[in-house]
Amino acid sequence: MLKKRDDFEDMLEERRNSSDLRYALRCYTPLLYRGVTPCTSSSLKSMVLQSDHIHYVINQVSKEMGRDTDDVQEEASAILEEMAQHLQLSTVRFFAFTLSKIFKTLFKSICVNEEGIQRLQQAIQEHPVVLLPSHRSYMDFLLMSYILYTYDLALPVIAAGMDFMGMKIVGEMLRMSGAFFIRRSFGGDKLYWAVFSEYVKTMLRNGFAPIEFFLEGTRSRTSKSLTPKLGLLNIVLDPFFKGEVFDINVVPVSISYERILEEALYARELLGVPKPKESTSALFKARKVLSEDYGSIHVYFGQPVSVRSLAHGRVNRCQFNLRPRHIPKRPREDIHNFVNDSAYRLVRAQEENMALKPWVLLATLLLQNQAVGQNQVMALDELSEQAVWLRDLSWQYGAFLLWPDNTPPSEVVFSSLSLHHGLVRISEGRVQLALEQERRAGPGEPSCNLTPEEGLLSEAVIILSCASYRNQGLHIFVRPALLASAILTASSNKKQEVFNSFSFLRNMFSNEFILCPGATVQDFEEACYLLVKTGALQVTQQEFLVTERGHRTVAFLASMLDPFLQGYQVVCRFLCEEATETLTEKQFIPAVRKFIIKHLLAGRLRYTEVLSSDLQKNTLAALLRLGAVRKIKGAEQEALKVNKVMVNSLEDTLGGKLPTQETVVARL
Amino acid sequence: MAFSSIGGSPDRQRVAQERLKIIARHLQRPGDGDSAIVAAECKAQGSKSDASSERRTVPRRRQEIMKWNGWGYSDSRFLFNKKGQAEFTGKRYRLSGMIIPALKDWMESTFGASMQHKTSATPVLNTSAVQPPNLNDAFVEELKSTGIPFSCDAEDRTFRSHGHCLHEIFALREGKFGRVPDMVVWPSCHNDVVKIVELACKHNVCLIPYGGGTSVSSALECPREETRSIISLDTSQMNRILWIDEKNLTAHVEAGIVGQDLERLLNESGYCTGHEPDSMEFSSLGGWVATRASGMKKNIYGNIEDLIIHIKMVTPQGVIEKSCQGPRMSTGPDIYHFIMGSEGTLGVVTEVTMKIRPMPEYQKYGSVVFPNFEQGVACLREVAKQRCAPASIRLMDNEQFKFGHALKPQVSSIFTSFLDGLKKFYITKFKGFDPNRLCVATLLFEGDREKVLQHEKQVYDIAAKFGGLAAGEDNGQRGYMLTFVIAYLRDLGMDYYVIGESFETSVPWDRVLDICRNVKARIVRECKEKGVQFPPLSTCRVTQTYDAGACVYFYFAFNYRGLSNPIHVYEQVEHAAREEILANGGSLSHHHGVGKLRKEWMRETVSSVGMGMLKSVKDYVDPHNIFGNRNLL
Repeated sequence: MLKKRDDFEDMLEERRNSSDLRYALRCYTPLLYRGVTPCTSSSLKSMVLQSDHIHYVINQVSKEMGRDTDDVQEEASAILEEMAQHLQLSTVRFFAFTLSKIFKTLFKSICVNEEGIQRLQQAIQEHPVVLLPSHRSYMDFLLMSYILYTYDLALPVIAAGMDFMGMKIVGEMLRMSGAFFIRRSFGGDKLYWAVFSEYVKTMLRNGFAPIEFFLEGTRSRTSKSLTPKLGLLNIVLDPFFKGEVFDINVVPVSISYERILEEALYARELLGVPKPKESTSALFKARKVLSEDYGSIHVYFGQPVSVRSLAHGRVNRCQFNLRPRHIPKRPREDIHNFVNDSAYRLVRAQEENMALKPWVLLATLLLQNQAVGQNQVMALDELSEQAVWLRDLSWQYGAFLLWPDNTPPSEVVFSSLSLHHGLVRISEGRVQLALEQERRAGPGEPSCNLTPEEGLLSEAVIILSCASYRNQGLHIFVRPALLASAILTASSNKKQEVFNSFSFLRNMFSNEFILCPGATVQDFEEACYLLVKTGALQVTQQEFLVTERGHRTVAFLASMLDPFLQGYQVVCRFLCEEATETLTEKQFIPAVRKFIIKHLLAGRLRYTEVLSSDLQKNTLAALLRLGAVRKIKGAEQEALKVNKVMVNSLEDTLGGKLPTQETVVARL
Repeated sequence: MAFSSIGGSPDRQRVAQERLKIIARHLQRPGDGDSAIVAAECKAQGSKSDASSERRTVPRRRQEIMKWNGWGYSDSRFLFNKKGQAEFTGKRYRLSGMIIPALKDWMESTFGASMQHKTSATPVLNTSAVQPPNLNDAFVEELKSTGIPFSCDAEDRTFRSHGHCLHEIFALREGKFGRVPDMVVWPSCHNDVVKIVELACKHNVCLIPYGGGTSVSSALECPREETRSIISLDTSQMNRILWIDEKNLTAHVEAGIVGQDLERLLNESGYCTGHEPDSMEFSSLGGWVATRASGMKKNIYGNIEDLIIHIKMVTPQGVIEKSCQGPRMSTGPDIYHFIMGSEGTLGVVTEVTMKIRPMPEYQKYGSVVFPNFEQGVACLREVAKQRCAPASIRLMDNEQFKFGHALKPQVSSIFTSFLDGLKKFYITKFKGFDPNRLCVATLLFEGDREKVLQHEKQVYDIAAKFGGLAAGEDNGQRGYMLTFVIAYLRDLGMDYYVIGESFETSVPWDRVLDICRNVKARIVRECKEKGVQFPPLSTCRVTQTYDAGACVYFYFAFNYRGLSNPIHVYEQVEHAAREEILANGGSLSHHHGVGKLRKEWMRETVSSVGMGMLKSVKDYVDPHNIFGNRNLL
């Protein structure tokens, strides 16, 4: 199970030993795609505006809207102007210099797998490259460009959200370092879509630069990988489907932070404190983060994936033969499924190469411990013992866990805890989550006389921050955890029953975790394999038996899933009890939050974590997907129509009160 | 005769002679023709209007002049002489007897081939290795009584058991013979064919029509599952021009005539068909009809379907033909379109009326160098858009340009080599063309002298807009020569562990560049994945232009040293390349046909209903599968 992974090199080390200025001004001569058509950012724009695709859409739009074509043409060129990157080496050099300074202050090390860099270098020369980094922080794309510059690789152009544009100078600087800006939503705007997609495709076809975007669409506030968004992936794969390029190399990149800069910010956001609008002055204020220690960053460049091999036997490219390729058309079902599956595979590839620090395990254990009783304290020795047990388990499950060799576990534990001193409190050899500390003096909040609700929320900030670290390792345990929960909730030990239960849970949580569509049986088999391999489970012809020593594992795994189970249940409860005819999607989160706070304060819920709006949104998405809730077009807004019978029965099934329905599976 | 009737000015005759010389450059007349064996009654029928001369290229016993395990004439082949220089033997071609100094280096550097590693072909046809004939005695008895010549000789049969696919020739070189026909018959006229087909139906034997034997689609391979006696019906002796109609400019010709004879004989009367497929030395009129052939000068003269006025075909159900020679008809679907492309599955084409043209007054080669392939394709597209394509226009990619260069014969004077050097300097240094990217278009103009010159200027002007530089007649002419000797070169390659093949497709203009890039890249990738030890030659050229697209020709060859089953690897790569062609919007075939090699893609190409239509025609015309070569469907 242990996958061979490359070693890391610390790229900051050289920065600490040599001149940053010389580094920023050094000769930069990356190897480019061998089929590159050299062109400037501005000639790129005119290529886009003169493309058949844009011409077609401009004519279409002008016909439909009765507008003058010149007018539409102008709009198109304005859109492009707003969007386009303007990569300039001088800006890159500026960033190379400043970022060196900043990174050295913030981080102990930035570790990169150099073999991955070599593979990338090879890939860039062979075919157009798409870089797909995970997205946990604003830092991500600056960091990516910084690394590529350092290793003399072609600098990418990066799809960024329009919100950055609000930051006056910084927005322009980002543009000059290769970012291009996309509106967050442009629903039915044909022209926008056309300009945008043609722009990206033109850069890809010409091999202008590697194209970088975030499959997850946005920064994950929970550190869990988000289910992939397909828009941009569809666009970049299109030139391959249509034969405009021979192949495309897609490179998943996993960036893991030992400590995330936005840690508390995310937690607040999940709890309903709205995210501050990006502005230069806010960034300036944020400079106090510079005085903190954020540990190290690990960046792992994964194996380049050839889109051609991925699509082999799955996509019939002949479907594009009968129609001019520049006329836009909705992708056919098979293309859609292929892109969707590929997106999941790529996110999983990101997950698998995400380097985990010991703290991830500690956060997991501390959170589980916290949930047992109200913020129980735990002896450091016990924590170390449990951490070692969990370390071995995660290694057996194939985790990419960086646990220092030749260091006593207690030391590893202690140093991890001290890096996260904001979240835990250690005193007299005992450790607990720093819940009260936060209550005493939240920054910028009135320091006394908190209402119980405010108290709860400030505790929740700590818990959600911790949960975000636990979540980094969730992908390792999620399949076995689903099985463990299924074993515990299934009405018998029968294989079929357990499978039904597993498949129900998996289906329920497929908006929550990265579970490849249609892979229920594989996931089930993988989970069984892991549990059997680690001796936690015995499988006979018909039955599952948890072994003596397996109880600990199964209990651990099941409680990994518990907060989510409880979260989904409570959302269901809310919908059954309090949803009115006029509840809209916009009102949903505040209403459900209020409902949960009430129950938490009354002590009816064990997990403060269920306050996370991410979890609540995912529940709603799952219910919508399952048809238990429907959106009804109202006069002004879409209202949520709740099928209470169905929601109720889903809740009961989640709670193990109702047996799962028979799932028909051909072969187990 | 024909000459005087069109006012036969001396000028006309001079033109005819010039034209003859031109043709003779790449196609020299065979020394002595076969004294045609023509059955008496046929002669009587056609003698009055027989406008043809008696000299014919193809004898009944092909082995007298042709190789049994390679391409073309026995006397013409490439070899490395004692000095290690490449040489082309014989006297038939322009290149014959010349030294080609650069070829050795090119082979070594392109394929990693080495003169030390040679694989010689089996020298003689071992007749004892050929399986004995499975004869239908009753059929043989009755055939004897008709007086139509036939043979059960192992050599005769082996010659008709294959086309020129790589795997077919490779097997022959190794002395391996699969299923071969059990008998060869040589009808000499339409009526002979009628008799043979009647007897075949009566005795239930399988007939496989054989024309020039130049198939590259496994069309001539005997189906392994065939248990009946297989008779190869060799049309080569049906080779007369029966009449020429100068009022309507048509000629009525027996379908077994090969291209070079047809052209030569018509030339003697001041005419030509203008149909010149690359295989025209050996391929036959009937074969062109059966495969929907295309000629290099189709821009002036049209493809076979544009040239055909009337077809007579003998089928198990009887003879099919139209009742008149109207130039176009609205009488339901054109029945000739069931025949053209039927690949010998429905019957034997015996006689064809086709269009002829007065021979062109003037002919001129030309060439244009482009800085890169993209520019070249853009230029061809523009030429097609303006509908001003010369008789032939072909665009070779960089690899093929280098290949063509390697085939330059030794220059006779220092002056020529100095000029060559100067040209090279001008193009690469002065004009800044990258020698590893530039590509060349070869041109052939035909017509009135004045118009040709005018036309030439028009084309060169367009080329200039795309960065093209005129590169002289010589380069152009060498480009066309290449098509006639390429097949001989393959035999040389096989002597040194290099195997290769060409294949073609047609594709809309907007996909030409994409398909060229992707198919070439696919070949390289597949070779690598299949364990080929040396980088393959993967090259293409655009050989025909149409209003809506182009025909693209790919050459693919590799050094197979180190592979245990090179043919299998080769076939896998070719298969992958065809899949790539189809995925990129290319057709299954532009003119080679489907045969058995590309059958598997027919259904997706023409749809299930389309297949059903074709099948139902086959079922009606030939319910007992007498024409059992199993091509196409």
